[in-house]
Amino acid sequence: MSDRKLPAPQPNAETETFWDAASNGVLKIKRCGDCNQAHYYPRAICPHCGSAKTGWIDTAGSGEIYSVSVMRRGEGAPFAVAYVTLDEGPAMLTNIVADDLDSLAIGQRVEVVFTPTEDGAPPVPMFTPRGG
Amino acid sequence: MSLRNAAYIAGAFEHPTRLAPDKTTPQLHAECAAGALADAGLTIEDVDGYFCATDAPGFGPISMVDYLGLTVRHTDSTEMGGCTYIQHVAHAAEAIAAGKCKVALITLAGRPRSENVMRFRPGAPEQAFEQWIGLTNHTSYGMCAVRHMHEFGTTSDQLAWIKVAASHHAQHNEHAMLPKVVTVEDVLESPMIADPLHRLDCCVTTDGGGALVVVAPEIAKTLNRPMIALRGAGEATKGPSGGLGLDLTVSAAARSGPAAFAEAGVTPADIKYASIYDSFTITVLIQLEDLGFCAKGEGGKFVADGNLISGTGKLPFNTDGGGLCSNHPMFRGGITKVIEAVRQLRGEAHPAVQVPNCDLAVATGIGGSLGARHGAATVILERQS
Ligand SMILES: [Zn+2]
Repeated sequence: MSDRKLPAPQPNAETETFWDAASNGVLKIKRCGDCNQAHYYPRAICPHCGSAKTGWIDTAGSGEIYSVSVMRRGEGAPFAVAYVTLDEGPAMLTNIVADDLDSLAIGQRVEVVFTPTEDGAPPVPMFTPRGG
Repeated sequence: MSLRNAAYIAGAFEHPTRLAPDKTTPQLHAECAAGALADAGLTIEDVDGYFCATDAPGFGPISMVDYLGLTVRHTDSTEMGGCTYIQHVAHAAEAIAAGKCKVALITLAGRPRSENVMRFRPGAPEQAFEQWIGLTNHTSYGMCAVRHMHEFGTTSDQLAWIKVAASHHAQHNEHAMLPKVVTVEDVLESPMIADPLHRLDCCVTTDGGGALVVVAPEIAKTLNRPMIALRGAGEATKGPSGGLGLDLTVSAAARSGPAAFAEAGVTPADIKYASIYDSFTITVLIQLEDLGFCAKGEGGKFVADGNLISGTGKLPFNTDGGGLCSNHPMFRGGITKVIEAVRQLRGEAHPAVQVPNCDLAVATGIGGSLGARHGAATVILERQS
């Protein structure tokens, strides 16, 4: 785990449900009541069809790495930036936390690990290799 | 309506500086404007349209038009990141075709080496979900390269060839920041920045800028300059758009490129010279595929063994040394892509890299973050007699 200072997310009317769930260890995304497709990051209006009938669903908090790049230079390096494709469908941009960043690979199974930010602010959804 | 022959690039100027501690950014804009207007044989009194992006100092065109001493009847501050200025050429042609202006001035300048430049603005809708990730362009483009390697077997050696080709061109550019010829081994032995991109897979950071003058056909005919026509243009944006169907191996250039070729009525096989936005080596490779110079997944083989080197390769690219070796002012390589294409079409490139009988060129670019949200702009330019 790098010692990067993580900026606290600022919940707003569109996203406060997400951050409340994050504080309780649940990764929520949204699904559309019209086209039935899920999306991340969450919006009030479905980015797939434009419907306002979006609703929150709990994810299993698991998925697989779509791509990953380890930042080797600068503040807090090394740390891994990745897209994780959730089992519910959407891919999300995130960090992978692991002891051995060199071992991370496309297709690897990962699970969410909520990582603290600033005092009183919600944690953020990073991922870590399953069983790792 | 087609933009074919709707407008001509009459003036092009690249600021020679790469480090400008004693100048201001507005001053660099003005020096570039003066250079491009002199190149065209025009003056600021002739300008009736002005284009800049949102990085321009102050309140966009309102501040800059006043600073530059212009009187215009059309302004445009369309923002597409680094490829903005390629897109501005097309937007200037649109404005000229609509009768909104006849002499459009496009300027870019900045001093990222000499001052702390704010690159990202707060308030983006994705901010709370991404700002803690530490995503920079290095990891963003790095993820695209990792995925391309995974799907198609592309190698770091192949990516390195793109830098090698750019360096072969930069050795002839007296203003290039990195004029030294490098080898594949040099690239692979340079420090890893973000897997799999080494330091030499990245473009330079420079102070500087450039300007273009785009004019109506009847103006172009009165100027004592080669006739460089806009023959076709395309633009597109792309992002994760909710996270379904993510494909980091394809850029928005897969839509901007074909649109430009369709409007121009030509194919990649007709192109004599290509300016390809080169923030990183992988940026070039993905755009070459997306524009149709080779099939998706074949970019690694296409760029290897010097195929992009003028005089020996099949597709001479970025003969000024590009952003990889020469200049990437204000983190924005779009304007220099158009400028070198104009030099090639005029026969004014360095003799060592000038493409013989260069009458058709493409300039294409990516703006923003390839692995997250980005735009693409493509123009096909033609020298006419
Ligand atoms: Zn929907």
